[in-house]
Amino acid sequence: MTTDWPILFAITFLPLVGAIFILFIPRDDKIAAQNARRVALWTTVITFFISLIIWIEFDFNTAAFQFVEEGSWLGGKISYRMGVDGISMPFVILTTFLMPICILASWSSITSRVKEYMIAFLVLETLMIGVFCALDLVLFYLFFEGGLIPMFLIIGVWGGKRRVYASFKFFLYTLLGSVLMLLAIMAMYWNAGTTDIPTLLTHKFPENMQFWLWLAFFASFAVKLPMWPVHTWLPDAHVEAPTAGSVILAAILLKMGGYGFLRFSIPMFPLASAELASFVFLLSVVAVIYTSLVALAQEDIKKLIAYSSVAHMGFVTMGIFTMTTQGLEGGIFQMLSHGIVSAALFLCVGVIYDRMHTREIDAYGGLVNRMPVYAFCFMVFTLANVGLPGTSGFIGEFLTLLGAFKVNTWVAFLAASGVILSVAYALWLYRRVIFGEIEKPSLSAIRDMNLREVAFMAPLVILTILFGIYPAVLLDIMAVSVNNLISNYEAALAAAAKAPVFALK
Amino acid sequence: MTVVMGYIPIIPEILMVVGALVLLLIGSFQGEKSSETICWLSILLMAGSAILIVSHTAEKQLLFENAFIVDSYSQLIKLFILAGSAITLFMSIDYLKEERLLKFEFPVLVLFATIGMMMMVSANDLISLYLGIEMQSLSLYVVAALRSDSVKSSEAGLKYFVLGALSSGLLLYGASLIYGFTGSTTFPQIAAVLQDTGTNIGFIFGLVFVVAGLAFKVSAVPFHMWTPDVYEGAPTPVTAFFAAAPKVAAMALFVRVTLGAFPAITSDWQQIIIFISIASMALGAFAAIGQSNIKRLMAYSSIGHMGYALVGLAAGSEDGARGVIIYLAIYLVMTLGTFACILSMRRGESMVEDISELAGLSQNNLPMAFVLAMLLFSLAGIPPLAGFFAKFYVFLAAIQAGLYPLAVIGVLASVVGAYYYLNIVKVMFMDEPADKFEPMPPPLKLVLGVSGIFVILFAIGPAPLVNAAEIAAKALF
Repeated sequence: MTTDWPILFAITFLPLVGAIFILFIPRDDKIAAQNARRVALWTTVITFFISLIIWIEFDFNTAAFQFVEEGSWLGGKISYRMGVDGISMPFVILTTFLMPICILASWSSITSRVKEYMIAFLVLETLMIGVFCALDLVLFYLFFEGGLIPMFLIIGVWGGKRRVYASFKFFLYTLLGSVLMLLAIMAMYWNAGTTDIPTLLTHKFPENMQFWLWLAFFASFAVKLPMWPVHTWLPDAHVEAPTAGSVILAAILLKMGGYGFLRFSIPMFPLASAELASFVFLLSVVAVIYTSLVALAQEDIKKLIAYSSVAHMGFVTMGIFTMTTQGLEGGIFQMLSHGIVSAALFLCVGVIYDRMHTREIDAYGGLVNRMPVYAFCFMVFTLANVGLPGTSGFIGEFLTLLGAFKVNTWVAFLAASGVILSVAYALWLYRRVIFGEIEKPSLSAIRDMNLREVAFMAPLVILTILFGIYPAVLLDIMAVSVNNLISNYEAALAAAAKAPVFALK
Repeated sequence: MTVVMGYIPIIPEILMVVGALVLLLIGSFQGEKSSETICWLSILLMAGSAILIVSHTAEKQLLFENAFIVDSYSQLIKLFILAGSAITLFMSIDYLKEERLLKFEFPVLVLFATIGMMMMVSANDLISLYLGIEMQSLSLYVVAALRSDSVKSSEAGLKYFVLGALSSGLLLYGASLIYGFTGSTTFPQIAAVLQDTGTNIGFIFGLVFVVAGLAFKVSAVPFHMWTPDVYEGAPTPVTAFFAAAPKVAAMALFVRVTLGAFPAITSDWQQIIIFISIASMALGAFAAIGQSNIKRLMAYSSIGHMGYALVGLAAGSEDGARGVIIYLAIYLVMTLGTFACILSMRRGESMVEDISELAGLSQNNLPMAFVLAMLLFSLAGIPPLAGFFAKFYVFLAAIQAGLYPLAVIGVLASVVGAYYYLNIVKVMFMDEPADKFEPMPPPLKLVLGVSGIFVILFAIGPAPLVNAAEIAAKALF
């Protein structure tokens, strides 16, 4: 389906226009800061509503890319191409949906250099939407890497005590992973003669080459996702980033890694993916169990949630590389659900951090007595994080485990034990922060969530439960694309098995 | 008449030479008070020369018994050089006035150096190559010691001169060996002989010496030792000048010599280039980490950048040459922009050069901090800024040529290099503010603004530069 106006271009670059508006807000006082907040909020809200048009007009019955836009760019076969399919569309909506929430969450907690902060967030939104819409590898890389700059500044300027260390670690780790992917993109360009993604999806790379390309892409996505053992930047970045920065990091930036596996690694290098799937399973299972155990030992709330994110991403990679309908759909669902739930958890931490300015678990206790609404929201998200049936977290974990069970029962068994561990750390956290009597004098005057906080928490609660009860809303979007992905993958494997001599080359 | 017509392609050079001599005369008769006028006239002269170059057709023409070549490659690079020289001069005037260094010799020497560079990129013969290099170098030695009452500046000039003379000797020795073993000094002739008879040990010796001499001029490792000291010791506008146009000219000459004279033995020089490229990228990345003086840091940064440009040359292909040209253009803009910032690091009467002096710049002067940050991210090669495309095209060529180890080491070095650029961004954005700088003079604002716009918006319309570079690269083959 094509519309007569470039809708993807509009939602990608609208935030940038907002950023330029803020840039030209004169002076630098309280009124200017308030105006910057308003412009940012309006821009993100409008972007969200425009992006809903994509959902409404989206054709659920085709796996082809929709809303495709084209323009000449670098010359040769490298051009500006945008489009979405059933896999990328939900991520676009997730991004545009979370941005207004992030702006609201930063409304009163960010008081210094508000203009710059809002500009950084709007630029980041442009780059994130671009990642999910790009249909050209070089364009994709541009958006993918460009996001490092605003995120580096968000962590480094508005972060906590060790913000400089965390921002450097984030930047250099991610860059190190990505540069190898850049070389792989170049090698693909010379082999296929283009960086156009739809063309590359049908191009057959030699098996030997697939192996190296797969590894180069894996280096980038594994760091971004992150997978064990290259996850160590994530806890640091999460802990030091301001609340909204953590939200974006957990909800969207991490998903770029998983999206990369779905968009590039599996369909473009099917033979290598089949060969290396067990390697991914191994890392995923270690991630699920090891980081869950690490999460148990944390004393900082944000750090605990960060480790739980790594564990949940373990389910995602496991599900994706089962190459079964359930596993893939579960992996995507898990990413979307985690995008909402982890975002909400970080917002919950932000709510109490704004009041107490500490993230130590020991500094809290008995919050339910003073903050019943907060306790309710936090409970919903904790249970969703655990994967309780009826919440969105359950669907993702269940489907990925289902897919894994079909392929390898041991993997499913070990990963399922991670679910138990997640119950342990999440409920224990909840018990320590929320229940009990208020013993600390500093907490005796703490206030419940105000209207602004309820306003951004409510949609997240509703969606968490809605997707848990009626997951078809999301599963229908991706079904055709996922099936197409699997059938192409199996066709490639079958072709390789039929022509072993050719495959050896 | 036909004799005169034959000189039409070198009218831009003739204009420069005549103009420079006239300005020299004016300067000697009028003395110091005419210095500023001479600066402006020199800028005009270079602009005029550039206009002549643009208006001339880019057809390939040979002059002076094939010693001098004018083609679309030389035309494009000359435009870069003239722009680089003119803009550095434009940025220097305020500084030199402030520091009481505004002597009329400076613009005239810059003009002579620029003429030397124009000869270098048009060289089609070992002799014209040497003439061009010497004309450029001798002028540069003198401007390095412009501040004659400063020990550091004099030391910089002397060091540059001694090492430069040594490298010229190497180059000359290599040229004589090449002449001895091929019987010719013009590049096409040398190429033809090599094509017929192949290479021998004597010729390889000559090749190594010539490459060593050229590597010195582009300050590639292991011939880079002079760079940090000269960059630090020379007055800042001179450093800006060194970092911009001469690097472009020397690299362009490097490309011309290797691709023009030695295409038959690509694999022989390729291994040398690969080595010095890797060494330059690695040293540029690691040695810059420990620097606290921003001019010294820029010296290591330029060593690293020459390493990246050499990646394109190592590919030895048309795409590689295109990559080098794009790299040089973008490098030029980034360097000029960065030096516009360095030139405005002034507090009260004196200049400051420590990176820590930039602390909290974002709170004192946000536009300057923002543009400098973009330039630094661009130097680090982060998309979507221009510096990314520079690296993209050279590595694209290296991958095509199958130079995987070179490409992998190169991108890894760029990650290490990103660290020290990030460090400056950190100082500007995340540290407590230091005292404010004096307001930026308008010329620096202009240069900084234009380079910032170029670096940020390059991604939208890279096609003109890429196409021009493609046409220029074609002329080499």
